[in-house]
Amino acid sequence: MSELQTDRAKPLDAGAWVPEIIAFCCNYCAYAAADLAGSRRMQYPSNVRVIHVPCTGKIEMEHILSAFEKGIDGVLIAGCLEGGCHFLEGNLRAKRRSEYLQEMLDQIGVGRDRLRMVNLSAAMAPTFVQRVEEIVDKVKSLGPNPLRKSGVP
Amino acid sequence: MIVASPKPVTELKQLIDRHKKVLFVGCGTCVTVCLAGGEREVGIAGYATRMARKLSGQPVELEQVTIERQCENEFIKDLAGPIERAEAVVSFGCGAGVQAIAERFPSKPVYAGLNTNFLGILEEQAVWTEKCMACGDCMLAEFGGICPITRCAKHMLNGPCGGSTEERCEVAEDRPCAWQLIYKRLSAIGQLDRLEKIQPPKNWSLAWFGGARKLVRPEHRV
Repeated sequence: MSELQTDRAKPLDAGAWVPEIIAFCCNYCAYAAADLAGSRRMQYPSNVRVIHVPCTGKIEMEHILSAFEKGIDGVLIAGCLEGGCHFLEGNLRAKRRSEYLQEMLDQIGVGRDRLRMVNLSAAMAPTFVQRVEEIVDKVKSLGPNPLRKSGVP
Repeated sequence: MIVASPKPVTELKQLIDRHKKVLFVGCGTCVTVCLAGGEREVGIAGYATRMARKLSGQPVELEQVTIERQCENEFIKDLAGPIERAEAVVSFGCGAGVQAIAERFPSKPVYAGLNTNFLGILEEQAVWTEKCMACGDCMLAEFGGICPITRCAKHMLNGPCGGSTEERCEVAEDRPCAWQLIYKRLSAIGQLDRLEKIQPPKNWSLAWFGGARKLVRPEHRV
């Protein structure tokens, strides 16, 4: 996942912490919804880095763990509405994997709330914006990834 | 195949809490197939353990290797270099793999990263069931290929216990009654007469009760 190794967005204000969030967006819904939000000039927090995936079912658990180990503050997985997956059940598999990972993140000490999976359709640009704002708010309330606070990475 | 399952991250972390440089060893055979101890699972355990240790203020250096088979010396010998570099080893093989590595490298602590569950088969994606308890005296021919030793909670050899309901075991609702299965199977293959034979007490001396078993086959000795 070379995307995870790219430079992160710099804080807007030196010294002020701005959460860095990765959004894994399914090609058939969330990515198109993000695109639509852009076309409609809808504003959403700029500290969310979108990663385009063919289906949320293609997101491996290692990708998410790797992101957290590298210090990302939150991860959003945005897939199709349940029953609406282009590949039939990729989003349902992603849901089960997210739940497993949330449990694991609790055991690690990073905390389950930094990972969230949401479902939406390609037409739901306002919902996409809302979900992004929600995770940014949630992560802001949680503070920086504790791995980053402890000087790592 | 041997079916195993991962230990929780908290337990993995606790296993190696006295070491700073640890080798995680995966196994490419049974535990890879049952999604517990292959290269990917070792990678996931590695991410989780590293993060958990960093957060507790005791970072750990992990090296990860997956070999073809942990229960054979021929494959284990490839671990000599990585084991030399590590303070301790966590084996993601079955219990046999863990012990094989420990015997081969007596001066290194070797810990089990998995819980070894049973000998079984994949029933459907990510669902495994136990089929054999390795009793050492196979009686499957008598029971239409369904093992009452393993699949009957009471190991009954002469018919069902009478506690089953709706073809289900009284011990676990999601478990079919082995004797119901045996009856159906023997009916299907026209061998119901086998049930008329009273099974004598089984020879359990070949099973696990006498301690670890050893098998020597002179015809293959060199």
